[in-house]
Amino acid sequence: MNNILSKVKLPYLLLLPGFLFLFIFFILPIVNLAQTSTQTPIVGGDTGQYEQTLQFSNYIAAFTENREQFARSFIFALCATVLALAIAYPLAYAIAFKAGKLKNFLLVLVVAPFFVSFLLRTIAWKQILGEEGFVVPTLRNIGIIGQSTTLTSTSFAVVMGMTYNFLPFMTLPLYASLERIDPRTMEASGDLYANGITTFRKVTLPLSMPGVVAGTLLTFIPAAGDYVNAAILGSPNTKMIGNVIESRYFKIVDYPTAAALSFTLMAAILILVTVYIRKAGTEELV
Amino acid sequence: MNKQKDATIPTIPTKARLSRWFGRNLIRIYAVFGFTYLFIPVVYTFAFSFNDSGKSNLIWKGFTLDNWKNPCGAPEVCTALGNSIKIGLLATVFSTILGTMIAFAIGRYAFKGRSSSNLLIFLPMATPEIVLGASLLSLFLVFHINPGFWPTVIAHVMFCISFVVVTVKARIASLDPRLEQAAMDLYANELETFRRVTLPLVAPGIAGAALLAFSLSFDDFIITNFNSGTLKTFPEFVYTSAARGIPAQANVIGSAMFILALLIVIAGQFVGRKVKVSK
Repeated sequence: MNNILSKVKLPYLLLLPGFLFLFIFFILPIVNLAQTSTQTPIVGGDTGQYEQTLQFSNYIAAFTENREQFARSFIFALCATVLALAIAYPLAYAIAFKAGKLKNFLLVLVVAPFFVSFLLRTIAWKQILGEEGFVVPTLRNIGIIGQSTTLTSTSFAVVMGMTYNFLPFMTLPLYASLERIDPRTMEASGDLYANGITTFRKVTLPLSMPGVVAGTLLTFIPAAGDYVNAAILGSPNTKMIGNVIESRYFKIVDYPTAAALSFTLMAAILILVTVYIRKAGTEELV
Repeated sequence: MNKQKDATIPTIPTKARLSRWFGRNLIRIYAVFGFTYLFIPVVYTFAFSFNDSGKSNLIWKGFTLDNWKNPCGAPEVCTALGNSIKIGLLATVFSTILGTMIAFAIGRYAFKGRSSSNLLIFLPMATPEIVLGASLLSLFLVFHINPGFWPTVIAHVMFCISFVVVTVKARIASLDPRLEQAAMDLYANELETFRRVTLPLVAPGIAGAALLAFSLSFDDFIITNFNSGTLKTFPEFVYTSAARGIPAQANVIGSAMFILALLIVIAGQFVGRKVKVSK
């Protein structure tokens, strides 16, 4: 009897410490963030002092003031995700089906750049694409870009930086789901007179959908909240919502607006993710 | 007609042969471009670690080994590195223990609330880092806890747990249940089975999860920036010195970490292969 009881309890005992930790340091902060988002400055108080007033109009003010940055965050993140998919899918496909003995080695190569601090790599891009790098003068000489055109401090650089930084997050899940495909399914499709394109469209792509969904999520979510790429590779004209939240917190000490923006961002992403997972029809993500 | 053409390949004009070669190898060519894109900044960082640059490492001024001989030569760089390593190790230990326990519970048992447990693990991964960092900072501020070393460790454990759970759970799911049944058939009790069969089989997954947790923690900037206060980690050092130009020593450390991590991964693969053979 005692044994049965402990068996029932065991999974909960295993969960307890980790979930307690997540409750205190993940759930509580989010709840607290929601509270902060409706606070207003204390009348006559110092900078950074706020009181709870349930001022929901904070959200409207925060959103209307930063509509542009919100839109930019989602557009940039979407572009980076699509580009990363376009680069990573053939890469993962080549590793899964064409690499032969080199498979494991190439897989390590995909993750390897990850180990050089991502800030160093982003700054490296800034210098490569910057005025002192070799790319800009070369492109100017060939005449692809005008004499006064720059590559850094542009939306292009920000999107390119994000695509680059999140590429392993896209490649690995894609590889994992492609590698699981039985090559005989593709052969069978060929035997049934499907050409390469049809085989890809009707067999390979549908079977790799879990990887596509996981990869696009793992790229889109961090990209939408990112501010490092925009800060290093962009300009004041390419500010994303992450930059706004960061400066509201640290420079302006406007916690309620920062909290309202954070909460809106999280809610928007969660809604998008839920709709996307429903549409893509993969529930086995987690 | 077609067959005849195939049989007489040498007579096909070079242009057609070239285009056929391209068609067949298109995906490989594409992969080469993909890898080039991935490695351009790595090569750049590595090359500029040998730059005789003086203070700002912007323009190539000549080859030197001085930066590698004296990696702590730039002010603050090694303090920051030390902080990152300490935080990374602590975060790895705690998140691996907590995450592995959760992974066993979810991967092994059917219990009430299993799907909501999965959701709780998924949520931190679906939340942008800036929200995680900012919300944790506001919690610390409410309780008048000053940002610094331990708040940063806590923050890192928090975002690493989910990744550990997902990695270890995948390993548990791939186990052959018959191995454990065999142990039980040979009169091992549950604890012995766990200790001598299950745990060794899951160990590579746990090791992989720990490696992942360390690299996530070591490389994290956004969440750290919110919770570290005046403490500086290596990524924070790079970020703040970017405006003045980063010292070449930062490139040395980045490159060294890259080489070290590659060695660990390669060693891990060798160990993995040996385990497979001895099985």
